[in-house]
Amino acid sequence: MRLTCPHCGPRDRREFYYYGASEYLNRPGPEAAPDAWDSYLHLRDNPAGVTQDLWYHEQGCTAWLKVTRNTVTHEILAVEAVAGGTK
Amino acid sequence: MPDLIAKPALGTMPLNLGQIVLTEAPMLETHSIQPYPGQEKAVSKALKEIGLAFPKPNTWLEKAGLRIVWTGREQAFLLGGVPPAGMPAAVTDQSDGWVTLTLEGPGARDVLARLVPLDLRHVKKGDAARSGLGHMPLILITEAPDSFRLMTFRSMARTAWHEIHDAMTKVEARRAAS
Repeated sequence: MRLTCPHCGPRDRREFYYYGASEYLNRPGPEAAPDAWDSYLHLRDNPAGVTQDLWYHEQGCTAWLKVTRNTVTHEILAVEAVAGGTK
Repeated sequence: MPDLIAKPALGTMPLNLGQIVLTEAPMLETHSIQPYPGQEKAVSKALKEIGLAFPKPNTWLEKAGLRIVWTGREQAFLLGGVPPAGMPAAVTDQSDGWVTLTLEGPGARDVLARLVPLDLRHVKKGDAARSGLGHMPLILITEAPDSFRLMTFRSMARTAWHEIHDAMTKVEARRAAS
């Protein structure tokens, strides 16, 4: 498996660390109801198809990446840097 | 204040196996330059003073013995000198944190292929990569298609040397047997 890092180019899976669903980017506000926090922390879909998750380019440029991939075909559809800029 | 003497991490002789040579390179002054958000152009302008610019990802530049290497997102290492003062960037002296090895000769890429998860078939002078050497962090600087500088953490110098020695032995054994 390879991910095309927006900075480094195509790289081997072993350079990356998997964090979890991209849902972690949508942190509720401090006043949000317990239900919102419950959903943010615990409730995940398990789609057969397109899903998005966060990967860390640990042995590379150290960027956090949002990866769009298909769990059925194993296709990597997009890899985007979470922080702005592409340098 | 006592006189502090900079010592090499290994202090070993170069290792020759077949036509491949592994050497511990002399220590160079090493500064990390991390531009503050949105300041990359300003940093690049400031670096003009020493004839350099902030390098593009996966590249390095050189001028008058000073070298600047891209080492990660919004980070570059200046090797062999001191960066201009007052740049809008976080600048840290990391000279004592890294060890540099050189690996040269026909077959150097076959050695790296055993340890580094990169396709090095088309590398050229001016390429740089942040990657891994086994499980160790690596900054790979290409000086020619079969001539590389490898930087890893100084605390891992002996392990890096051992791993590369091992890979060199196997590559050389294969060559001798074929």
